[in-house]
Amino acid sequence: MITESRLKKVLQKGHFAVTAECGPPKGADPEVVKSKGKILREHADSINVTDNQTGVVRLSSLAACALLKAEGLDPVLQMVVRDRNRIALQSDVLGASALGIRNILCLSGDHQCFGNQPQAKGVFDIDSVQLIQTVRRMRDAGEVIGGEKLSSSPDMFIGAVANPFADPFRYRAARLATKVEAGAEFIQTQCIFNLKRFREWMSLVKELGMADKVYILGGITPLKSVRMAEYMAKNVAGMDIPRELIDRMKAVPAKEQKQEGIKIAVETTQALKEMAGVHGVHIMAIEWEDAVPQIVEEAKLFPRPQV
Amino acid sequence: MITGERKPISEIKEMIAPYRKVLVVGCGSCVAECAAGGEKEVGLLSSALRMDAKAAGQEREVREMTLDRQCVYEFIDQLTDVVGQYDIVLSLACGAGVQAVAEVFPNINIVPALNTTFLGETKEAGLWLENCRGCGDCKLGFFAAVCPITRCAKGLFNGPCGGSRTDCCEVDSEVPCAWQLIVSRLEATGRLDLLRKVHPPADWSKQQGRGPRKIIREDQRT
Repeated sequence: MITESRLKKVLQKGHFAVTAECGPPKGADPEVVKSKGKILREHADSINVTDNQTGVVRLSSLAACALLKAEGLDPVLQMVVRDRNRIALQSDVLGASALGIRNILCLSGDHQCFGNQPQAKGVFDIDSVQLIQTVRRMRDAGEVIGGEKLSSSPDMFIGAVANPFADPFRYRAARLATKVEAGAEFIQTQCIFNLKRFREWMSLVKELGMADKVYILGGITPLKSVRMAEYMAKNVAGMDIPRELIDRMKAVPAKEQKQEGIKIAVETTQALKEMAGVHGVHIMAIEWEDAVPQIVEEAKLFPRPQV
Repeated sequence: MITGERKPISEIKEMIAPYRKVLVVGCGSCVAECAAGGEKEVGLLSSALRMDAKAAGQEREVREMTLDRQCVYEFIDQLTDVVGQYDIVLSLACGAGVQAVAEVFPNINIVPALNTTFLGETKEAGLWLENCRGCGDCKLGFFAAVCPITRCAKGLFNGPCGGSRTDCCEVDSEVPCAWQLIVSRLEATGRLDLLRKVHPPADWSKQQGRGPRKIIREDQRT
């Protein structure tokens, strides 16, 4: 069976891509993953599966990707370097490719102290940039770290993340360049609430000549309530939610806040669609996958292209 | 230096509870500098143990000794005529010192009074900071003398993670982001180009590849 990355095809054909995030359950029930896949299948080109996000033990990203693949979806395997050393990471890349998974997103991972296993040993044998480079060499040169040849190469469309809102700000665009140099082909960014700062980051990215070298998908997260907005602004590392946005949510009665959150997400999506150098959106509706179809439709990104 | 912290007194008391004659041995080097296992701390702990025994109506002999270094044979030798007279040795050295003494006197009962913590610096009075993991492959020259293995919570070699905010680590808002320090120091000294290098995966075999490491210097052995 020959499979290709749908995400790669959508981007290469010049469509504005839509990816969505699916968080696996804290349990072994495959139906949870499948039903999230069902909600997203018509409205997203590809589905990211998070890898024990925030350091909480969940159904494995690799297994959830295999479940989605079996349902005919195009999964993006998120892989963090927190929990596995280079032997396990490379082995899982080969395994994922054998299962027909064609996209990988390489990340450091949230620190283990935030999750439900704070006494765990953080592995961090290699870092996210080294993982990008490793997967790229496995695919293109057919070799593992150290240079030993593989009997066959994995086929992966290789992604990385970028946070335009973290410090040191001026270095953030250079960091993206490092990831592209290491081999990243697409980028999914942290949730964008501060469009002004995102624009500044994009112009730095362009200055470095990176805008034509990598596909950039802007992160979108619909806010469920003022409470969520305030919580994220205060407690989630690397998150930038401007005061005006929180005030805008506050001005709306509680029961209409969800819709206001979706409205903001739609407006941001539309703004990104118009922005040169942005090739798509990555919608992270945390435990609220139902919101994705509405955002995609209202942002006039539906139906998705057949590729 | 190697830093340590004294174990809770309850844990120490439990370890020595069955024994009547206790030899408390301090170390005058690193753990004295970090006020955990030097002569002064040996005195304080010994007094506490004596008082405790007295209050409980028990008979206990506690003798104090502090060696210049508990990890070097020439100094350990000072214990040769003494250790045999005691039921237990309570060592206030780092883990290396405790083990070195036990190597010299394999038949004694020796227990640690400290938790050995890290390689670090005395930042100010009463404040010690970890800044080296002894990885065996120092790359401080690339990182403006800020060790990312030790001082970045994720040990990242190729730039900061996405969590740093207002120059602090996402793990602890009191701790400066190591990568913020690296970037600003390199920027200030016009060496930002150093960050364009992608560092390959580290060689951890130099740290933990084949169990405990050793250094052999033939020129020092003759």
